[in-house]
Amino acid sequence: MTWFNILIEGILVGGFYALFACGLSLMFGVMKVINLAHGDMAVVAAYVAVFLAPKWHVPEVWSFLIVVPLFGLLGYVVQRTLLQKSIDRDPFTTLLVTFGLSVVIENLLLAIYSANGQSVNIGSLVSKSFQLSSSTYVSYVALTVLGAAVLVLGALQLFLSRTNTGRVIRAVSDDREAAQLCGANYKHLFGIAAAISFATVALAGISYGVMTQFAPSSGGANLLFAFEAVVIGGIGSLWGTLVGGIALGIAQQYGAHVNPAYQILFGNLLFLLVLAVRPQGLFGRKEAMA
Amino acid sequence: MSEILSVKPTALRVERSTFSPLFTLGGVIAVAAFFTLAPWILAASWVSILSNFFILVIMATMWNLLAGYAGMVSIGQQGFVGLGAYATLYLALKGMNPFVAIPFAALICGVIAIPITFLLLRLRGGYFSVATWVVADSAMLLILSVAYLGGGTGKYMPGLLSLSPTTLNHDVYLATWFGALVVLVGTYLLLRSRVGLLLSSMRDNEIAARSAGAKVTTTRRMIYVVAAIGCGVAGAVLAVSQPFVQPGNEFQLQFAAEMLFTSMIGGLGTIEGPILGSIIFFTLQQSLQNWGAWYLIIFGSLAVVVAIWQPRGLWGAIRDRFHVELLPVGYRVKEPRA
Repeated sequence: MTWFNILIEGILVGGFYALFACGLSLMFGVMKVINLAHGDMAVVAAYVAVFLAPKWHVPEVWSFLIVVPLFGLLGYVVQRTLLQKSIDRDPFTTLLVTFGLSVVIENLLLAIYSANGQSVNIGSLVSKSFQLSSSTYVSYVALTVLGAAVLVLGALQLFLSRTNTGRVIRAVSDDREAAQLCGANYKHLFGIAAAISFATVALAGISYGVMTQFAPSSGGANLLFAFEAVVIGGIGSLWGTLVGGIALGIAQQYGAHVNPAYQILFGNLLFLLVLAVRPQGLFGRKEAMA
Repeated sequence: MSEILSVKPTALRVERSTFSPLFTLGGVIAVAAFFTLAPWILAASWVSILSNFFILVIMATMWNLLAGYAGMVSIGQQGFVGLGAYATLYLALKGMNPFVAIPFAALICGVIAIPITFLLLRLRGGYFSVATWVVADSAMLLILSVAYLGGGTGKYMPGLLSLSPTTLNHDVYLATWFGALVVLVGTYLLLRSRVGLLLSSMRDNEIAARSAGAKVTTTRRMIYVVAAIGCGVAGAVLAVSQPFVQPGNEFQLQFAAEMLFTSMIGGLGTIEGPILGSIIFFTLQQSLQNWGAWYLIIFGSLAVVVAIWQPRGLWGAIRDRFHVELLPVGYRVKEPRA
């Protein structure tokens, strides 16, 4: 029964990783930018939900209704100003700038809110669960997050394949110059991609805050998990990211089963194994490698 | 046409230095002599600040070699700092004098780096960066599970208790200073050699360099291993200076942030830049030491601003403005004064 347990736990946590990772994957796919501050943006969203939303008379349970659109807007603005400036220079600068932002954000949170752990309070709902088998319990919160991840990925897939804006975004990500010649305003489209990325990561950050405690330093570890999910699943494939997240989740749960200290290590080892054996990931195309 | 032909080829001179090489060498020897004698000249508090300063200089110089010269943005060099610290601890636990163990620990880091390059050098740009971070994280998690090395709680470096605090302070200082001197002189000589030329050709146009026969991947691999050895030196002297060795201290992500910001603000792709950046960092850190994390916030924001608006850094700006090279590694064509 332990295998069943590991599988269920892995799938549940994998859904969360996929929710976290889809924005990272989108930004990389469209602008060839790895936003190293991605994890920290999620933590900022969680802090906003805990500290600022109550001030605006929004209960923490519903804070995502405000925080998610707010972060979408923030994503657009940050992309059109700071990130576009660094993309205009070169990919190298973008890495340095986003890493710099990541460190600055983490330490700002530390200076303002201290290193104490916080969590998003949603009342008694957080501990409710149902029994799947004699030893396997599934919490409603984790199931909701998994459902939200599938919903977000599905919506994103539909948006990219069916809507006009989505098609132009894909065109820009395939060949920027050609799309520009056809009249695409790539800077605006980059802004939209960043807005989606920030909005999804805000949702992921609030979910994280509901499920577990967070602190200013939580961003880095979450960026690593999200990145591992993207690479394992394959760059440029949204459903691949979900599978990658689940594979990562199962590897971590298996590691935790072998020895509680090995949880993260086993996830890292799976990631390094995929890099060694199949660097384009499970569902990735080879040419997508940067 | 005849005008162009009439220009005498001898009118242009190719030279390395702004000053006479003897002047540079003399300056380096004078500075080296001062820092070697510093424990007998300066107050004890200054000596320990200088120790930390040299550790940062080593790390920043190595990061600059990786990113500024070879184009590899690593955010996992703290992994080799940690491994260097733990290799020293391991050798000391086996009975070696910790100070003697420093070079061996650094070499161990270099050996560990070789197989890692085969995994990492397939990746480019951001993928390389985050993968280096994963490797560093994994190294820390592996060390955490080794009970002999103290696991998560850490262990005291053996073999130092017989020394008096003053002697220990002096010896630690000399170890960090000589470590920094070896790393700086080594980097300088490496960049003046054929490898330096290879690196600049790769940086300017990788495809052209490849087609001209430059072994790009081999050169990158070599630089990665050298940077691992250098960061191993930093970790080894850090472990001796602390001297309580603990995974959370030796594998800090903050090291990655410090080396990155320091090189960027000082000037990427110059030998002088990381040293200048380290001086700025320490001035800021010492003057804001009662303000918690604010020095890192200010320094990080400064680095972001520099990366976007002044990518050649402070030393790059000075060099462009005044045409000075303190430690030249390239050649320049000079026109005679009219």
